[in-house]
Amino acid sequence: MALIDRDTLDFLLYDVLDAQALTQLAPYHDHSRETFSQTLDTATRVAETWFLPHNGKADEHEPQFDGDTVTTLAEVKDAFRHFVDAGLLTARLPFEQDGMQLPSLINGACISQFTAANPSSAAYPFLTMAAANLIDHFASDALKQTWLPLMRSGQATGTMVLTEPDVGSSLGDLTTSATPADDGSYRIRGQKMYISGGDHDLTDNIVHLVLARIKGAPAGTRGISLFLVPKWHVDDSGAPSTRNDVALAGLLHKMGYRGTTSTVLTFGEQDQCVGYLIGEAHQGLKYMFMMMNEARVGVGLGAASIACRGYAESLAYARERPQGRLPSCKDASSKPVMIIEHADVRRMLLAQKAYAEGALMLCLYGNRLIDLAEHSDGDEQRNAQQLLDLLTPVIKSWPSEFGLKANELAIQVLGGAGYIREYPVEQCYRDQRLNPIHEGTHGIQGLDLLGRKLWQDNSRGLMALDAAVRATIRTAGEHEELQVMAATLESEWNKASALIQTLGKALAAGDPDRTLANASVFLTWMGHLVVAWQWLWQAQAALASDQPDTFCQGKLQACRYFFRWELPQCNHWHDLLASQDDTCYAMPINAF
Amino acid sequence: MKVLVPIKRVVDYNVKVRVKADNSGVDLANVKMAMNPFCEIAVEEAVRLKEKGVVTEIIAVTVGSKAAQEQLRTAMALGADRSILVETDQEDVQPLAVAKVLKALVEKESPDLVILGKQAIDGDNSQTGQMLAALTGMPQGTFASEVVVADGKVNVTREVDGGLQTVALDLPAVVTTDLRLNEPRYASLPNIMKAKKKPLETVAPGDLGVDLASSTKTLKVEPPAERQAGIKVASVEELVDKLKNEAKVI
Repeated sequence: MALIDRDTLDFLLYDVLDAQALTQLAPYHDHSRETFSQTLDTATRVAETWFLPHNGKADEHEPQFDGDTVTTLAEVKDAFRHFVDAGLLTARLPFEQDGMQLPSLINGACISQFTAANPSSAAYPFLTMAAANLIDHFASDALKQTWLPLMRSGQATGTMVLTEPDVGSSLGDLTTSATPADDGSYRIRGQKMYISGGDHDLTDNIVHLVLARIKGAPAGTRGISLFLVPKWHVDDSGAPSTRNDVALAGLLHKMGYRGTTSTVLTFGEQDQCVGYLIGEAHQGLKYMFMMMNEARVGVGLGAASIACRGYAESLAYARERPQGRLPSCKDASSKPVMIIEHADVRRMLLAQKAYAEGALMLCLYGNRLIDLAEHSDGDEQRNAQQLLDLLTPVIKSWPSEFGLKANELAIQVLGGAGYIREYPVEQCYRDQRLNPIHEGTHGIQGLDLLGRKLWQDNSRGLMALDAAVRATIRTAGEHEELQVMAATLESEWNKASALIQTLGKALAAGDPDRTLANASVFLTWMGHLVVAWQWLWQAQAALASDQPDTFCQGKLQACRYFFRWELPQCNHWHDLLASQDDTCYAMPINAF
Repeated sequence: MKVLVPIKRVVDYNVKVRVKADNSGVDLANVKMAMNPFCEIAVEEAVRLKEKGVVTEIIAVTVGSKAAQEQLRTAMALGADRSILVETDQEDVQPLAVAKVLKALVEKESPDLVILGKQAIDGDNSQTGQMLAALTGMPQGTFASEVVVADGKVNVTREVDGGLQTVALDLPAVVTTDLRLNEPRYASLPNIMKAKKKPLETVAPGDLGVDLASSTKTLKVEPPAERQAGIKVASVEELVDKLKNEAKVI
């Protein structure tokens, strides 16, 4: 059984998202479908051989802390080493830095194989890539020269250190402090919490990217700076020399993602924690958001992959598990049917397909926008950047919310077998449960979308989205099978445009507390519209492709499912939003 | 020392193959293709010999359509130095025709060793290596689980029914690989890009003086019959009776 079916990936990459067109962009000239395919082969092989087999074991045997060092499974170290050796850690870097100049789209497809196989072991290299990219963008040459070679070669991993015991979503209130020292560095002091990969024994060194407030800095988000804080100081060769004053206070014990350490870190208990300022003072949050936006698209992709994994597992089970007979069969001695024959099981499988493949499409689309935003020019570049900015909260949240629903259905398909740890789907569900929480909760994403992203740049992102949706409605309308769905989407989209204008006016009128009260409903509603658009796109691409009939049928039926079973919920959400329903908002706190 | 590694493009081993509706063959439309797994083992063995300093040049070769370039690139990403595509649009080229092509290439390239997979997972013929040895007069060591080159000879440990058999062959020789010979590596991403710059030569079968025409004709391809449900027997006696009188296997 494939983790994520290659036909599904290839269809999205080549028939829907036209990956080959990316080779027209200058940095990707040397690429072709052949190099993309070989790269995906290697990624799949590494994921299946070194990540998949210990997924359950790493869940069962969490990393251990004996008060001095953290111990992880040997398999996690092996997996990390193979990820590095295969060149996956540096796949997106330029050729001159020993990278592959791989498009973000293909990189995303590769990454999906790892999060499907083993999300917690995959977290270490993913964090390292994101942290190294941030250093590469904003740090001084001196910092880059010291730390990037260690991170790019897998000798040090990276972390993102934002949250404190009392400060999570509201970063403006963070209290970790940075005091300038005579040598130009800073002394960091404070406690941080929920830091993924904050300590482990995979590599000799760890590079923490820490948000802290320089003494005397302005209050709020404008006074936050970003620091590079190594676990070990290094000598001229890059080898660890002396310990920096960063201590692991303890490991946190999670519901899922248990192979990734989640840590409480104490910085500067001895007042000796050295940190190096990245970029300019007080610009830290802006820098961190570059990493954060990358991470948010990554969370969506991880969520989509885990949904795909659960779908694949439950589909394989449903095809092979004999149980019961169809209602029309009255012969008790007849052979039981495979459970996939039962209508309700097919409903659960089709719902999973619609969620999982819809989410995967959304995230790969986001990765393609990254390619265009980085390397195309003119209007195409601007459009891509604005669309990406607008859709990032949707890309992060929709797969997290509906991927979880998909995993719940995977458990239900397996029944009792789904609830026990001998089968992998309950772990999928527990791992997945993190995704609506980290990298900005669902609620935060809703506020970001309705409170900020829709209106920035004079709503140009929304205009680009409008144009893209209407283009698909037109193309899909040319297929007889899709005409009704195209018309449905058009009418929903017209309603959406009107509602967004109404909400914009309400926000401008100045009661943000009330207008934003239902922001998370807005996020889900918008997500459903975007995914409906993309399902129509998938269906149209399937009809226009030379894929086998059963494949196209599957895509068409999943699209129909989404339009018939899912999209109607938008009416309800639309009503809540249009009436600015205040049932929750108006509930007096003391009446709970 | 030069090694020739013939490889084959086949349906990926993960794919569940479907028979075409007209029973003329296996449906290859939109099916993921890959290098035959036994050929991967052959490439790996050649690369390991090169890493040991025994081999200086590895040439990958295949007979197939233009699309088979993809598998030659993979071979080069794994470590082959250059490759040759003997291009033909003819489907289902038979082992004898492939062996004749390889014989012509052996004459042209004069390799010291030809390492091939023991069989391809599509046709399952297990004939090409043996036929090549017969046509060229080279000694053969088939189903190899260990290959050691020393003192102008190659010692090949073969997996035979009764256990392991080691043969010493004079060079040049033909070796076919079994499953346990090695664990093939994956192509690292930088090597995939480097492989694009390695030479890939395309020749026509006619240029080598070989006619690919087949002497066998495929009449019909059908999926295996679906397995029938079994029955439960009440006793060992009944089982023995059924094996003896119904199945007639004892």
